Amino acid sequence: MTLPATPAQTIGPFHGTALPFPGGADLAPAGHPQTVTVHGRVLDGDGAPVPDALLEFWQAAPDGSLTGAPGSLRRDGGVFTGFARVPTGGDGRYALRTLVPGGAPYLALCLMVPGLVRHLFTRVYFRFPEGDPLLAALPPDRRATLLAAPEPGPHRSYRFDVRLRGTAETVFLRFGPARP
Amino acid sequence: MALSEASEKSWDEPADRAAAGPLSSRKRPLAPPYVGRIARRPQQPPVPLSLAPGAVELTGPVFGTADVSPSDADLTRQHGGEPLGERITVGGRVLDGRGRPVRGQLVELWQANAAGRYRNRLDRHAAPLDPNFTGAGRALTDDEGRYRFTTVRPGAYPFPSAVHPNAWRPPHLHFSVFGSAFTQRLVTQMYFPGDPLLPYDPIWNSVPDARARERLVAVYDPELNEPEWSLGYRWDIVLDGPDATWTEEGR
Ligand SMILES: [Fe+2]
Repeated sequence: MTLPATPAQTIGPFHGTALPFPGGADLAPAGHPQTVTVHGRVLDGDGAPVPDALLEFWQAAPDGSLTGAPGSLRRDGGVFTGFARVPTGGDGRYALRTLVPGGAPYLALCLMVPGLVRHLFTRVYFRFPEGDPLLAALPPDRRATLLAAPEPGPHRSYRFDVRLRGTAETVFLRFGPARP
Repeated sequence: MALSEASEKSWDEPADRAAAGPLSSRKRPLAPPYVGRIARRPQQPPVPLSLAPGAVELTGPVFGTADVSPSDADLTRQHGGEPLGERITVGGRVLDGRGRPVRGQLVELWQANAAGRYRNRLDRHAAPLDPNFTGAGRALTDDEGRYRFTTVRPGAYPFPSAVHPNAWRPPHLHFSVFGSAFTQRLVTQMYFPGDPLLPYDPIWNSVPDARARERLVAVYDPELNEPEWSLGYRWDIVLDGPDATWTEEGR
């Protein structure tokens, strides 16, 4: 049996009082020494910042496990849930505090943008692993849009901008059926 | 938002090749579809990716009673008094493409109040706020995939733009739904049956397929009525996949 899917619609401008939650960006347990920051801006095709976009991250734990844990919406500061939800501010900026995943070195990212008819998927890679089928299929300049760039300084931080359109447009994904 | 919403499609371009069918004859689009803000729309087509077993996106976040309380699903009891408006119960099942229930997953709802006004700094519509209504709720699906909210029926609100100068949004509920896989993530809107505003709504018409649009419309279901309390609407949600059910239809 195959049921036709419910279609997606725009998130609209008014989700801000419903979806963001306190601590949404604090995926790393409080005070964890391996905490890294992934931050950047969401920009439109004119280079203008996009406020009130919502970034949702899903990732493996540092040991590579993908089981996740409940508690993202009311974080107790001690559990690594694998899920974060981060809105952009008026300047289009977001910042995520997390732990680098084990296994495949990327964060899955679902991006919901007011003014788009549906959400977008992409990935945030901490490094480019050998043999990654997605990266292998991309020309180098497009591949580069998926890399979180390490920044100099005492804190472990990475820069990842999302460009929705135009020059250096971020690679967005469409998931097909899993291979058997 | 208005001026940047210039349409890349003309009014005359048939938005819907299935528009001649009997289903859509009732609700043939009478407005060009919302195309969003062009400057935000990617120009490159999304890159197709077949996920191998073990891929991160074939799993997804889990939620539980640590995240959601049963009272979060009743939007009429979040303040000292009761909100104005027609009390409704909205429920249904969240299923995957094979008809299997999506269990224990998070369903979020947000909406305007009965006057058509959101409690949100960005909403400038000259309709009153309701001190007893925030308009946001959360629920977890049960073992059958069922969810259920109690709320009030939202009002319509104006949605003017250069392309649609006198458009109004039909009453609708915004939904956010998680599946067992991150690929199944869904943000969408639910509409009410028999609404004369629907064929004029650019947002509803932004779904190109007429049958897919109809799947956004709930049905009145007396079984969901709470006697002498609220009117019941049933709306089932079907998520993509996560496996081997990928389809372009309705996207
Ligand atoms: Fe709305």
